[in-house]
Amino acid sequence: MESSDEIKARAKAAVPGAKIDIVSNPGPANQPSLLIDNEHASAVARFLRDDPALRLDFCSNATGVDWLDRTVKKTVKVKKVVDGVEKDVDQTTEEKIPGYLEAVYHLYSMTHKHGPVIIRMRTADRAEGARLPSLTPIWRSAEFQEREIFDLYGVRFDDHPDLRRILMWDEFEDYPMRKDYREPDDYEFEPTPHDDVLEKAKQHYNPRPQLDGAENITPRNEAETLNG
Amino acid sequence: MSEQILETVERPPTRMTSRLDGELMEVSMGPQHPSTHGVFRMNVALEGEIVRKLKPVFGYLHRNHEKIGENTSYLGSMPYTDRLDYFCSMTNNWAYALSVEKLAGIEVPERAEYLRVILAELTRLQNHASLIGFLLSDMGAWGTPLMYAFREREKILDLFESLSGSRMMWSANCPLSSPSMPVSPVRCCAHVA
Repeated sequence: MESSDEIKARAKAAVPGAKIDIVSNPGPANQPSLLIDNEHASAVARFLRDDPALRLDFCSNATGVDWLDRTVKKTVKVKKVVDGVEKDVDQTTEEKIPGYLEAVYHLYSMTHKHGPVIIRMRTADRAEGARLPSLTPIWRSAEFQEREIFDLYGVRFDDHPDLRRILMWDEFEDYPMRKDYREPDDYEFEPTPHDDVLEKAKQHYNPRPQLDGAENITPRNEAETLNG
Repeated sequence: MSEQILETVERPPTRMTSRLDGELMEVSMGPQHPSTHGVFRMNVALEGEIVRKLKPVFGYLHRNHEKIGENTSYLGSMPYTDRLDYFCSMTNNWAYALSVEKLAGIEVPERAEYLRVILAELTRLQNHASLIGFLLSDMGAWGTPLMYAFREREKILDLFESLSGSRMMWSANCPLSSPSMPVSPVRCCAHVA
C-alpha cells in the first residue's frame, strides 16, 4: 500500500483546494493519520473510497477524541550571544492551543485487502463550533459510530440521516466521554456512604436521626430535602 | 457539567406507526426478552406475526469501558475486557493484550503464544457449546437442550477454574507474560474431548 505521503499527494491532486496534513504518531505502533479540513472532507473521503488503487471501502471504526485547551512547551537550542560569546542557549516557547474535538476514522479495503488508513477531522472548538461533516453517505458503517460520537462527545454531524443518542438514554444531557465531564453526585444510591461518597451524599439527603448512632448528616440548606 | 450544553437535537418520534397504519401493532421487545439475551431492545411494528418495521435501541450493555480505561493502568483494564463478551473472555483478553503489546513494542515469548492459542480455542469451544444451547432455546425448545449444552460446557469451565480460580472471567492474559499453567494443557484437552 502507498505511504501516507503518497496518499496525501494524490488526494490533494484529486480534490483541489483540500488541506491535508499528516499527524504523525511516533512510537512502536507508528500509525500516522491524515488530518483533513472540514469543507473538503466528503470529497476526500469519496476519493479514498473510489480510487482504484486505494479502494478503501470499509470504515471499520470511528471514534472521537477530546482535546482540552493545552499549552505546548517547545525547547529549542538557539545560538545567542551571551557575554560576548556565541553559545547554544535553550529557548522555551509556549504555545497555547485552544481545545477541539476530533473524529478519527479507520479505513480498510476489502477488495485490495490493505489498510488501515486513518483520517481525522477537527472541529473548530468544543462548544458551538463542534460540527463536522458526516461521512455516512460514503461509508454506511459510519452511521452508528457517528451517533456514538455525537452521544458521548457532542459533535454534530451535518447530513447524518438519523442523528440522536445511541448509548445513553434520550433525555440525557451532557456528554460523558469529554475530559471535563463530572458525574452527578446522586447517580448511584449508596446505602452506607463513607469518605468522599459521604461528602457528596450529605448534600442530597435528609438529616439522619440521632438514634442511629450515625454521623450527623445535614443538608446544605434547610430547603433541600430527599427529593429536592 | 460542561460549560455549554448544546441544544438537544430535534428527535424523530419514537413511535413508528401513525393513525393511518391501522393494522400495525407496535411492540417493544425489551432487553428482558429471552432471545435478545439482555443486550438490546427492538421497537417492532407487527402485522399479525410479520414484522413490518423494526427499530433497534442500544445502550443496555454499555458500561463505558473507554472512560474507565482512562483512569486505570493497562493491566488494570484487563478484567474489564473479560466482561465485554463474557462467553469468550480469553479472546477479548488476547485482543487487548495484542493491542497493548503493539503500542509498547513488547515481544511475547513463544510459549505464551502457544498457550494463548490453546486456551482461546478452549474458550471458543465453550462459547459454541452455549451457542448450540441458545440457538435451540431461541427456536422454541424451552431450555432443556440449553442445559444439556451447559453440562458439556461445565467440563471446560472446570478446567478454567483449575487454571485461574475463576470460571468465566479470568484475566489470565497479562500483556507481558503467559498465563500460568499448573497442569499440562494437552492432558486437559484430552480430558475435555
